[in-house]
Amino acid sequence: MTTESTPVPSPAPVPPGAPVELTGAEAVVRSLEMLGITDVFGLPGGAILPVYDPLLDSRKLRHILVRHEQGAGHAAEGYASSSGRLGVAIATSGPGATNLVTAIADAHMDSVPILAITGQVFSNLMGTDAFQEADIVGITMPITKHSFLVKRAEEIPATIAAAYHIATTGRPGPVLVDITKDAQQATFQFRWPPKVELPGYRPITKAHGKQVAAAAQLLAEAKRPVLYVGGGVIRARASEELLALAEATRAPVVTTLMARGAFPDSHEQHLGMPGMHGTVPAVLALQEADLLVALGARFDDRVTGRSALFAPNAKVVHVDIDPAEISKIRTADVPIVGDLKDVLVDLLAGYRDATAAGKPDLEEWWATLDGLRSEFPLGFTKPSDGLLAPQHVIQRIGELTGPEGVYAAGVGQHQMWAAQFIKYERPNSWLNSGGAGTMGYAVPAAMGAKVAEPDRVVWAIDGDGCFQMTNQELATCTLNDIPIKVAIINNSSLGMVRQWQTLFYDGRYSNTDLNTGHDTARIPDFVALAEAYGALGIRVTKEEEVDAAITLALETNDRPVVIDFVVSADAMVWPMVPQGVSNSYIQYARDHSPAFSEED
Amino acid sequence: MSTHVLSLLVEDKPGLLTRVAGLFARRGFNIESLAVGHTEIAGLSRITVVVDVEDLPLEQVTKQLNKLINVIKIVELDPAQSVQREHLLIKVRVDNATRSQVLEAVNLFRARVVDVSTDALVIEVTGDSGKTNALLKVLEPYGIKEIAQSGLLAIGRGGKSITERVLKS
Repeated sequence: MTTESTPVPSPAPVPPGAPVELTGAEAVVRSLEMLGITDVFGLPGGAILPVYDPLLDSRKLRHILVRHEQGAGHAAEGYASSSGRLGVAIATSGPGATNLVTAIADAHMDSVPILAITGQVFSNLMGTDAFQEADIVGITMPITKHSFLVKRAEEIPATIAAAYHIATTGRPGPVLVDITKDAQQATFQFRWPPKVELPGYRPITKAHGKQVAAAAQLLAEAKRPVLYVGGGVIRARASEELLALAEATRAPVVTTLMARGAFPDSHEQHLGMPGMHGTVPAVLALQEADLLVALGARFDDRVTGRSALFAPNAKVVHVDIDPAEISKIRTADVPIVGDLKDVLVDLLAGYRDATAAGKPDLEEWWATLDGLRSEFPLGFTKPSDGLLAPQHVIQRIGELTGPEGVYAAGVGQHQMWAAQFIKYERPNSWLNSGGAGTMGYAVPAAMGAKVAEPDRVVWAIDGDGCFQMTNQELATCTLNDIPIKVAIINNSSLGMVRQWQTLFYDGRYSNTDLNTGHDTARIPDFVALAEAYGALGIRVTKEEEVDAAITLALETNDRPVVIDFVVSADAMVWPMVPQGVSNSYIQYARDHSPAFSEED
Repeated sequence: MSTHVLSLLVEDKPGLLTRVAGLFARRGFNIESLAVGHTEIAGLSRITVVVDVEDLPLEQVTKQLNKLINVIKIVELDPAQSVQREHLLIKVRVDNATRSQVLEAVNLFRARVVDVSTDALVIEVTGDSGKTNALLKVLEPYGIKEIAQSGLLAIGRGGKSITERVLKS
């Protein structure tokens, strides 16, 4: 079963520099091939039709026909996030392009390298409100790293090469290339490689030596240091360098939602995830630290709580490749702009120099943290309604699949539980929509990840609300042999919103019931829906069925699998720091805060 | 709040002004004045922005502007180290009794009259904001009918140029 045509041989590769006459559309395909792109996600339409014709003949590019452009965008994100390679999405003009907007915004917030190629109406029709015309370059200006409008075929190779360079270097991000239909149709002399001129784009990668030495000195003196690890460590492929620094300094490590997997969960120095739903030791370690070494992290409000009260006694070393992140929220005592992969090596060397006479004594700090660890481990209580505990389901998925799997989550309670209860041991194994909080991310992102990493087990840990936003891509998965596994954590409601209604709106459940779970009309019936898409559908309602269902899913690789885990709607995500207060007010469970007195 | 003058050297690309103006709006900064024009190098434009902002947020907006791919260089121009000029066209109500008084003010400010009619004069004045504001204050009692004002233009004093070392690397 495939929607793809039989490939015919691609034309012989062009020798470097030698011109060959191509249409703009052929140049799009050829440029992507020359850049080493192997997979693209998209959906054709009028203004991008010329590009789809040579795409049919390409042997090097696999095009995966999605059912909605948003799916193409998130698939490109999942592809990029799981592999580190550029993800590519193609759409037509107007609504095709605007359907990509959510995914582009998502990639912008989470620094995901994707390239969006959109068709645009004929250049002589632009500005006339032509059929399917939308100013997608204008619309996406605030949510792309950069965007290009191409009106001449000659500009296509250099523009696509520039877009690739911008998306994948420095702080990665989404780049959009909008190409008019006449530019796609015109012919010109194609040459590769093209000349790319970006005089205003020079990412700083090599850090300032004095700043690194100053940071090393602070680390050598700190009594209560914490390595505050953000998603930048994953994007910089710097996990090994981080491990070396952490082990040399013996400093405790916390990994943010975007950084899960950047440092092994099994490592004894790892305190878990900080933030609104972080572990008590991770949250309080940051709060009580005398030195924060922020590594590719951006002091997001979900991590800091009320930022003015965050880590009040800590000095801050802030390392990021994006200078604009440094001192944006919290003033850095030592700002370091550079590529983490290099900076971490330099920092370790500096630390060794600074501690040649002896390392700082962290015993007292570790005694405090170990006390918090043993008193407040991550855990959950069984729901009183007898339904499945969602945390148990997610934990078992992680345990039965193992750290080589890829886990893509939607947004909400299930996302937090997946961040908490699956143990991540390697970077790029955890994919989620962290900054934007895009419901519906999981299924298409998992699809993209499975295309990039076909030998890995790829799970979408989804909610019943999220799943209903993008499940149409199951058709794409079934038809293109992309056997992802979807675990719907079905609590029959928009669970995180419901949790806030429970806690902050006196249990007034306004518009959060979805009627998909236990004792409801079950609309839609997820098992029947899965079967309709050609996937294997399984419903699990009892704890003793959980392992068998996960095992069956792991054994089924000839089609996608959807497991409808019917869980309790009353389970809540704990620990929790209520919004807008100091992280010192973390609650381990409802109305249960650690006895913790802020010093000074 | 304090006023800062930023000079941006930018690539002359379609939509560039939207990117710059949009960034100011999105990050919550108010542009007081804006002037855009070509430079001595083909393909490069210069944007002079006056923005009312404290030092710390200014640093943030400068960093964000630097992230725009088409922005090549940003310098803040210190009033003491730069020449700053704005250009005003002012239409003032006059009659036989007031015309000579207005003309006297025009001469004192080294401004020029560029259009004369029975009931109005159009005055052209160039200077820093202090001078142009002072002239407006003097003319106000006679009745200002209309003003057209350019954005502030600014250039550093001395021999150095903003475009130096930009295109060599």
